[in-house]
Amino acid sequence: MGKINGYRRPFPGTQPNFLHPPYVSSIKRAPKKPLIYMPHTLTEVTGPVFERKIVDVKAFDLTKQHSGEPVGERIVVSGRVLDENGRPVRNTLVEIWQANAAGRYLHKRDQHDAPLDPNFSGCGHTMTDSEGRYRFVTIRPGEYPWGNHHNAWRPAHIHFSLFGPAFATRLVTQMYFPGDPLIPYDPIFNCTADEKARNRLISQFDWESTIPVQALGYRFDIVLGGREETPMEHK
Amino acid sequence: MSLQASASQTVGPFFIIGCTWLNRSEIAGEGVAGERVTVEGRVVDGDGNAVPDALLEIWQSNSEGKYAHPDDTQNKQIEPNFQGFGRVPTDDDGKFRFTTIKPGRVPGPDGKPQAPHLAVSVFARGLLRRLVTRIYFPDESGNSEDYALNLVEPERRGTLIAKKTAAPGSLEWNVVLQGDSETVFFDI
Repeated sequence: MGKINGYRRPFPGTQPNFLHPPYVSSIKRAPKKPLIYMPHTLTEVTGPVFERKIVDVKAFDLTKQHSGEPVGERIVVSGRVLDENGRPVRNTLVEIWQANAAGRYLHKRDQHDAPLDPNFSGCGHTMTDSEGRYRFVTIRPGEYPWGNHHNAWRPAHIHFSLFGPAFATRLVTQMYFPGDPLIPYDPIFNCTADEKARNRLISQFDWESTIPVQALGYRFDIVLGGREETPMEHK
Repeated sequence: MSLQASASQTVGPFFIIGCTWLNRSEIAGEGVAGERVTVEGRVVDGDGNAVPDALLEIWQSNSEGKYAHPDDTQNKQIEPNFQGFGRVPTDDDGKFRFTTIKPGRVPGPDGKPQAPHLAVSVFARGLLRRLVTRIYFPDESGNSEDYALNLVEPERRGTLIAKKTAAPGSLEWNVVLQGDSETVFFDI
């Protein structure tokens, strides 16, 4: 093994800091000591490879996991996963989880006084195709209150988890909906300093994926870390 | 063309509903060669309180020091059923546990082999990005020359090295998110 081609570091301001006091949970959980900068080794440029056979082919449709239809507005969420060099990230796992239409998660610690939906579990997964595309069918999640500060409400969002080709490219993020009036007040959305980077987490309404009489389409493209173009020099 | 990577966001408190399907607490299945180890520990916050809503992911090579990944071009064997990926949540007391095999030595950037290690990602409510750290093994002669350990000031290296417990093959390693004994986290 010769020189290692590492993955690029994020542009300044485009990723959150660990400590963001308006998001109260970060105060006791963010590390206080500086992170140790580590040039990438073989460990960081490799990462788990998942075979297509582990994917439940029905897991992309969150509206078909039970005997009945979930309550709420059916939507299609789709997009492409690219790397920073603009290349599709093929055959990579995409996992999602979300609240139901009433803003309630199917989780024992979610005590929000809103009904659970027996026909909606709120989790799904899929794998990108040979052009980096993915597609989910789900229902639009509800906004919900949380205890971060007085009268705090989270904007509607869907959690996304992606692996990409390497340990270095792992990403967990959240997708928001265009026009949601709660977005500007959300400390989690606002944790990223760069405004354009924040706004890239807002999906776009999309006619192309909208299914007539069935479901509105939202497009959400995701970018994972790209590889350095020239091998990094090491001492 | 140059795009910018999407911003990270916290996994929040309820990730488990979406992530359980891929939980793997036994990283090395039957027939995978190597010394069997159990790693147990706890995730605590800056007040020493349990973090009951954390998720750890582990990435490792096999006992030959080869990763199950196309970019590992070393001429070494890898078991067909070895992936090297683990995912374990913490319980109500902040505890986690997984079993695996001790990995071999993978090449380091300086040409020297790295000491055996497990790469770890920590996700939790309150963490706006994942934390990246490593687990090294006790009594390992390679630790003193290890590339990543040597990036760390000596008095903090111990947070990266698991400790033996009374039970054979069992190791303890904890994640302290914040404080005097804070675990070393890497910027990768």
